Amino acid sequence: MSTLLFERSLPRFAAARVVSSFGSGRGAGIGPLRLVDRDAPELPTGGWFHVDPVLSGICGSDLATLDGRSSRYFEDIVSFPFVPGHEVVGTVAADAVAADGQTLAAGSRVVLQPVLGCAARGIEPPCPACRSGQVGNCGRVGFGHIRPGLQTGFCADTGGGWSSAGLVAHESQLYAVPEGLSDTDAVTVEPVACAVHAVLGAPITDGDVVAVLGAGTLGLLVTASLGHLAASGRCAAPSALLVGARYAHQQRLARELGCTEALPPDQLPRAVRRLSGSLSYGGASGTTATLSGGADVVFDCVGSPESIAQALAMVRPRGTVALVGMPGRVTLDLAPLWHREVRLAGAYAYGTEPGAGAQDRVSTFSLAFEVAAAQRTGRLVSATYPLSRFEDAVAHAGAAGRRGAVKIAFDIRKGTSR
Amino acid sequence: MSRRPGFVLEVDKSTPPTLFWNGEGFTLETLPEGSRVIYAPEPMKALEDPYGAIRHALLHPVGDRDPLPALLRPGMKLTICFDDISLPLPQMEAPDIRQMVIETVLDMAAEAGVDDVVLVAALALHRRMTEPELRHALGDRVYDAFAPHGLLTQHDAEDPDNLIYLGQTDQGEDVEINKRAATSDLLVYVNINLVSMDGGHKSVATGLASYRSLRHHHNPQTMRHSRSFMDQPSSELHSSNWRLGRLIAESGVTVFQIETTLNNDTFPSNFAFLQKREWEWSLRDRATYGATSTALAKVPPRLSRQIFHSIRSPHALASVQAGEVEAVHALTTANVWAQQGVDVEGQTDILTMGLPYICPYNVNSIMNPILVACLGLGYFFNMYRGKPLVREGGVVIMRHPTRPEFHPGHHPSYIDFYEQVLTQTVDPTEMHKEFEESFATDPWYVHLYRTGHAYHGVHPFYMWYWCAHALAHVGRVIVVGGDAKAVRRLGFSPASSLNDALEIASDVVGPSPTLTHLHNPPILMADVH
Repeated sequence: MSTLLFERSLPRFAAARVVSSFGSGRGAGIGPLRLVDRDAPELPTGGWFHVDPVLSGICGSDLATLDGRSSRYFEDIVSFPFVPGHEVVGTVAADAVAADGQTLAAGSRVVLQPVLGCAARGIEPPCPACRSGQVGNCGRVGFGHIRPGLQTGFCADTGGGWSSAGLVAHESQLYAVPEGLSDTDAVTVEPVACAVHAVLGAPITDGDVVAVLGAGTLGLLVTASLGHLAASGRCAAPSALLVGARYAHQQRLARELGCTEALPPDQLPRAVRRLSGSLSYGGASGTTATLSGGADVVFDCVGSPESIAQALAMVRPRGTVALVGMPGRVTLDLAPLWHREVRLAGAYAYGTEPGAGAQDRVSTFSLAFEVAAAQRTGRLVSATYPLSRFEDAVAHAGAAGRRGAVKIAFDIRKGTSR
Repeated sequence: MSRRPGFVLEVDKSTPPTLFWNGEGFTLETLPEGSRVIYAPEPMKALEDPYGAIRHALLHPVGDRDPLPALLRPGMKLTICFDDISLPLPQMEAPDIRQMVIETVLDMAAEAGVDDVVLVAALALHRRMTEPELRHALGDRVYDAFAPHGLLTQHDAEDPDNLIYLGQTDQGEDVEINKRAATSDLLVYVNINLVSMDGGHKSVATGLASYRSLRHHHNPQTMRHSRSFMDQPSSELHSSNWRLGRLIAESGVTVFQIETTLNNDTFPSNFAFLQKREWEWSLRDRATYGATSTALAKVPPRLSRQIFHSIRSPHALASVQAGEVEAVHALTTANVWAQQGVDVEGQTDILTMGLPYICPYNVNSIMNPILVACLGLGYFFNMYRGKPLVREGGVVIMRHPTRPEFHPGHHPSYIDFYEQVLTQTVDPTEMHKEFEESFATDPWYVHLYRTGHAYHGVHPFYMWYWCAHALAHVGRVIVVGGDAKAVRRLGFSPASSLNDALEIASDVVGPSPTLTHLHNPPILMADVH
């Protein structure tokens, strides 16, 4: 069975890092990723099930890993060799149970919630985060009866979505795909859940000016999620949702998904300034111009030093910058953050979100299904590749913006790309 | 030899190529046989003794106004307002007419023992002038006598402490103008009347007004019903300013209006070919054209911009009249038309124009795409009396590089207008409704207008409204040689050559259209019969 395996190999890691400096995704062929013939992993204990992937997306964090750009922070919470692929829609190989306790007949379609929290790791009692439903914040991802791995796709024991052999998933990770939701919509549910979690974690109030930096998958899904959640009354409705999108197709999609304005990133601070009624100072001699006011919330869906600096320059005093795109080691001038009392908050993964009642919690994934269905987020899937063409797939994903694409995925069932 | 009047040439086989301005450069185009080219009249004779003529005008006012010395007395409050950097075009060789007039007025004020004198640049919502620009307009003597003492000011349409509300016209138009000027015993306004639209009641009612007042006539409705701006009886802009001006007069503001007209001797001798008819170019003219065109093609736009903006025009004083506003302006208007008017028989299917490097709003600055549109459709299109040169549903072809470049200090709101408004709509009425107020009241633009050298936040809207009549009248606008993306952003069609433009135009006006080229500048006004 074809499986893409990521092995710990310093020479290959170094080679990928060098080659990827000429463009993300270019080093897949010489990096630590290899196509091998491998069987499905064994079920660790009871409560685990085999899942046969149908589609599995290539995420920005996958690219960072393949490019050798990932932070060393992750070294102790991954285990090698692992099979990448945590954005997965697949079918259960046998009768199974879903996270909500629902029985799944063999062949049922499921989306994987990839975080390997206390429940999956057999840890009792669960950590405070898992106990409160915030599995993304699980403090035990390096412990338990499976090897370290913050998610499926980074753990040596679970397999991952980039494999026709399949993976193993704990029942706490399985979500049934509603009838009528296409596979392409379903494969975006995991990143949609990230976006939903980021949106609902941000202190947006009615009438706010909200900016989104970056219009790759995450930026567009934050836009889609905020649009849907605000329209359905699950979160406050901003007066303006501005998206910085470099490419024309990204701008078009952002508009389709409900933003007020989509414009090139260099124009975004000017639009934020105008809509927030701010003054501006600085900007001379190469410094970043800072707004006197600014956006109430900025979602940085890029995670680069430049994007974080831009976000800090255009958020209002006491506003919030949500880091949705995965950052690494960055050098930043934090004086504006200190002086303006800006809240810089991470937005990782998912768990549960506030429900209808004061005490109610609803799983992020169930909201993500709603958003995916309402916004047809599968429209972001620009191309699929068979595993055998993984070099082309990764290169395409690495240059998605330039090539007019957004999300690239592996189609595990077929041998051709579309 | 007496000066020759304006002329309409019919292009035939023997006609040499026609000069088209092209921003900071020019090119020669071969027009189809049968096309018409409209040339301006030759320059009127300059007044031999400009200071003497000015003095004579002040001593012999027209209309219901005493000679200036009779209006001056010790202890009075005198305010002298003057046109800003937008006039004349290009800036004239020193001494500037404003300097000559103001020096004469100040001499008379000094003779009368007037101590309380303040000069005000009538900016309306234009950018503040720089010290060199003020020195050029007023001369060092006037500048040094007033500026260090804070007595040379620039109208601030956003200064609530120096605005006064005078009331409302019978059409509901608010009149709010400069307080110092309005509360003076005498307001002397010094005009340079480059075109027939300049001056009259517009001087005070627009030049010294606030946004609250200006919005009543600088809007799509008024602009669309000004046909044209240059034809006073048919101009709603003119009518509105007259209503405002009469209310100002009824409020007790005494205006002593001084208006001056220039001849259209526009370019210095090294650019003399620019105001000659092509078949009369000498060998030297041809050589100069060739050398200049070649050189300009090789230098970066920034440098060619500097070269052109350093041109000082040999414009000379052709007439000066002073006294009561309306009586003065009637004479001025006749004088302007005497210099610029050209009789033209009938309209045309296609109107072509080469747009130069300058318009009233980019002196010492950059001609951004919005100003390109305004120069072509707001100014050149409107240089008619009677009927537009181009028929309804016809095509305007403009030549200009139309680079998406902006002066960030002078035109900050233009950048946002280009990025955030024109991407949403090019319809003047819609943008007026959806966007104008937020730009007009934006505190950042207000700050830059008041403390820097920026045009007011609402100014790009006004420039677009200026095009409203043309946008409603023509079937298509084509820009030859412009940045395609910028041209499309304006809602126009890009073309790489005049032939391409004619091909595109044929979709609108058919395969055998009539074509008329407006050979401007030097400035001309078409009297279309």
